[in-house]
This record gives sequence, structure tokens and C-alpha cells, in this order.
Amino acid sequence: MSTNPAAVKVKKTDLSGTSTGYKVFAAVILILVALFFLFPLYWIVTGSFKDAIEINARYPIWFPQNPTLDNYLRLLEHPALRWLFNIVFISVAAMVLTCLTASLAGYALGKKRFIGRGVLFTIIICAMALPKQVIVIPLLQEMTFFGLNNNIWAVILPTVGWPFGVFLMKQFSETVPTEIMEAARVDGAGELRTFFSVVFPMIKPGVGALAIFTFVNTWNDYFLQLVMLQGDEMAYTLPLGISNLQGEMSSDFGLIMAGAALAAVPIIIVFIAFQKYFTQGIAMGAVKG
Amino acid sequence: MAQNAPAVAAQRKPKKQKQSQFSGMSKALVRRETISAYLFLLPSLFFFVAFVVIPMVICVVYSFLEYGIGGVQGFAGFDNYLRLLQDEVFHAGLRNTILIVVVAVPTVTAFSLWVSSAIYKMHAFPRSFFRCVFYLPVVTGSVAITVVWKWILDPYNGLLNQVAGTNGMDWLGTQSTALWFIILILFTTSIGQPIVLYVAALGNVDQSLIEAAQVDGATKLQVFWKIKWPQIMPTTLYVLVITTINSFQCFALIQLLTRGGPLNSTMTIMYQVYYTAYTLQDFGYANAIGVVLAIIIAIFSAIQFKVAKTD
Repeated sequence: MSTNPAAVKVKKTDLSGTSTGYKVFAAVILILVALFFLFPLYWIVTGSFKDAIEINARYPIWFPQNPTLDNYLRLLEHPALRWLFNIVFISVAAMVLTCLTASLAGYALGKKRFIGRGVLFTIIICAMALPKQVIVIPLLQEMTFFGLNNNIWAVILPTVGWPFGVFLMKQFSETVPTEIMEAARVDGAGELRTFFSVVFPMIKPGVGALAIFTFVNTWNDYFLQLVMLQGDEMAYTLPLGISNLQGEMSSDFGLIMAGAALAAVPIIIVFIAFQKYFTQGIAMGAVKG
Repeated sequence: MAQNAPAVAAQRKPKKQKQSQFSGMSKALVRRETISAYLFLLPSLFFFVAFVVIPMVICVVYSFLEYGIGGVQGFAGFDNYLRLLQDEVFHAGLRNTILIVVVAVPTVTAFSLWVSSAIYKMHAFPRSFFRCVFYLPVVTGSVAITVVWKWILDPYNGLLNQVAGTNGMDWLGTQSTALWFIILILFTTSIGQPIVLYVAALGNVDQSLIEAAQVDGATKLQVFWKIKWPQIMPTTLYVLVITTINSFQCFALIQLLTRGGPLNSTMTIMYQVYYTAYTLQDFGYANAIGVVLAIIIAIFSAIQFKVAKTD
């Protein structure tokens, strides 16, 4: 049985997949689950264009018969665009600050030999393993002390402090060859110059991954936004605004779906546009992290 | 790319070499390097200390204080922690949280591994299509996903009742079903990242080993368990840890769908921390619950590391 042609045949069927029966079964399950995953999104978008009669219908209306912008117009009676601006500003600011501070710190941890390095790194690892949400309550008191409650910086600053980025950047910096840095130094480049013109370009893929990761995580960090910004409607983020609308008018699903669409669609477009970098970034971050 | 050891485990090693980290460096050089390193670290350390370390310390300190609506009343010793033993709500929260973790973590891990195995050898387009679809709920955000599920499960206007013909059934208001729907929704928002990770890890498995095993007549299952499984172990460990932490911290779902009800049947520790702090204004006790939650998560993570290492 273990003749050469047989072995080759086993290998071939394997590379092309498995038995046809299993392949069909797998494909059917995959497509069904994919539809199940896509459906909430479909329901948000179509729901946001339904009028009150269709929203409250007692039978399923799979597609809006009389598409209307009424839900969006009613959404704009609330400061929804301000909420959108807030969440974009928070996510972008947290992303930029995190990438900058984390790449500087990660470089020092990864490439420099200094007193206290081991201890510092151990502290960072331990902090990462702790649940972020547990510190949010004392954090609010701290922010109130600094007069930052209901201020969007109260969401940005703690996000930048979270040590995952430092950890990720350390992993990437370690791959930069020391010789290149030494060559730059011999050529007379100072510490900062060496970092920005030699090291930074080499860890760019890592910075890109961290940027994407920070952006999406900040956008979706609802708990932090809720605790820090709940007191002032003008400081709400879009997710927080929607959740409050839901609390106030729990059966006005058309309005809520319009809000959900406004929150979801921009970030989905960003995701699809950068999908390749996105998935690469997440995979890289984890394999290295 | 070579197989990377789990990072956290790998980091333990350089510590051993600490004595030699300065070898060949003069004292002056060590001092100069130390100063410049801390200058590089300064911006990051500022944020880390101010907004992570200090709140952690405050959290632990408050957990030992009698601190309610009227401000700090005095030192409570272990009273806040002892209260946990008597607290029915905390017991319900602990039970539900552990149930969520015990159900969600294995199903998310197994299902995402199955999906990844099914798609990683596909052509580029269907592979990225499926990966994208499963990642969409993560990107969409927990609030948007949660409000649409609230509508789907609504007793009067909800699609589920209309399709299933169960008129007026309040899925989220019924003790026996509420938590299972929470777990289902949590599942849909949790498998995106593991799939991305597994697809990458499976793509990195050394193809020559697989081919060699197949030439030797190994079955599919043998190839999976003997070759692929050990090589994707670091990814599995990472997936287990992040899924566990996410499941423990599941909050938006509870707050927007059930607020812990009916009759605490969807109460989780995380929601109780929030509720105790902001509705009851019982800060000392809320921080004690938070500390206990952190300890529980640390224990779960440690167990997973232990198990994964002995494998």
C-alpha cells in the first residue's frame, strides 16, 4: 500500500482540501454562520430607513417599503454629530499619543541596557494581565480631582497609559539590528535622531498595527466612556449617546438604528478599506505579543 | 516566520541574563544609557503611572475603607471583603460570570479554530471574505450590536418572536433564557479576533512537516493533533487568555439588555462593580469587588498558562 503513487495521491487530495462531503458540509455551515453574523448589520441599516409603521409592524418586514430619512433627521435633533466628532477625536488622539509614547518606550526597553529594565518590564506584564475596567472607578475620582470629569481627555489619557502598546513596540524594536543603530551613532546622529531616522522606519509595520488596534479598541471602549462622560450630553461619544437614547426611548427602534448605523458604518468602511493591514496588524500583534 | 514562543514566557528568560546585560560596558556608559533610556520612557511612564498604577493603588486602598455616600467614614479592615461572603447578589454574579466564561471560552476557541481550519487554505478572496464577516461584529462595536439585538429580541416588535411565532415572549425578561442570549451575543462579538489569529498561525505551520507526515501515511486527525496543534499552541494560549478576560469583563451587553435582571439572573461581577459604585454609591465595597474580580482573572490566566505549558 505504501507504494510511491499512493503516497503522492494522499498528499494531493490533502492539499486540495478533504473529502468532498466534508467540504460541502463545511461550506454550508460557514455560509449559514456568515449570514447569521451579517444579519444584525443588515437589520441596523435597513431598520434605520423604516418608518414608524414598519418598525412597529407585527410581522417581519425584510426590506423597507417606504424608505425614509425621518429617523436620521430625528437623530440630528440630538447633538449626534457632536457625539460622532467626540468619538473620532478621542480615537485619533489616543491612537497618535499611544503610538508616539509607546514606540519611544518600547525602543528603550527593547534596545537599551539600563538599570531597572527587568523590574520595569515585569511590572508592565503584570499590569497588562489585570482587568482594565477594575481601575475605572478610582480613575473617575482621580479625573474629578483634576477637574476632567465629563471631559473627553478623561477617556484619552488612561487609554494612552495602558501598557499593551509599550509591550508590542518592545517586541518590534528587538528585531532592529544593533549594528544599524551603532552605524548611525558613528555618523554623529544623536539619540533622538537615531530613533526617528533609523529605528522608527524599521518598526513602522508595528506602529501601523498598534495604530489600528488602538483606534478600534478606543472606539469600542464603551465602559470607560460611560463612566467618564455620562454627566454631560455634549461630551457623549456616539456609542454612549445611542445607549442613552435607548434608555430614554426604548421602543423608538428606528431612531436607535439610525444612531447605530451612524456609529457602525464609518468604522466598517475604514475596516474594509484597511482590511489587509488590519488583520495583519492584529495577527502580528498577537504573535509577537 | 519562525514559530514564536509565547511572548510572556519568552520574557522570563532575559531576566536570568540580567547579570550579563551590562557586560562590556563601562560604568559611565551604563549611567549614560540609563539616563537616555528613562528619557525615552518618560512620556509613556507618565501616562502609565498617572492613569494605571495610581488608580490601581487607590482601588486597593479604597477596598479597605468604609466609603459610601457620606464620604470616607473610616477604616474598614476586611469588612468589605467579608461582606462578599454574605452577599446574595455577589454570589449570583459570581455564578453567572463563571457560567459565561465556562461556556463562552471553550466554544469560542473551538469554533474559531474550526472556522480557521476550514478557511485558511481557501483562495485569497473567500478567505478574507469570511475573516472579514466574522470580524465585523467586533468592529461594529458592542453598543450598536447590542441595540439591534435588543430590537430583535423585543417581545412585541422583535423579529425573533415574529419568525418563531412565539408572540409576546420576553426572552431577556425570562430568567431561564436571558443569560443564554447574553452568551450567544457575546459569542458573536468574540470570535473575530481568534479567527484572525488562527488563520495567521495555521498559515505559519511548517508545511514540510505536514507533507512528511502524510507521506508516512498519517491521517488528517493525526496531522492535526501531532503537527498543527503543538505549533499553534502559543496562539491557542493567547486566544484563551483574551477570551477569558473579555468574557469576565462583558459589560455593555448586560447594561443595555438586562441590567443584571430578571432577579439577578444575568448579574455579573463586572456589572455589580458598576452598579455598586454608581447606583448605590458604595465605593469601598465596589472596589473590593473589583479587587476580587482581578484576583479571579489572574487565577484563571495562571491556570491556563500552567495547563498550556505542561501540554
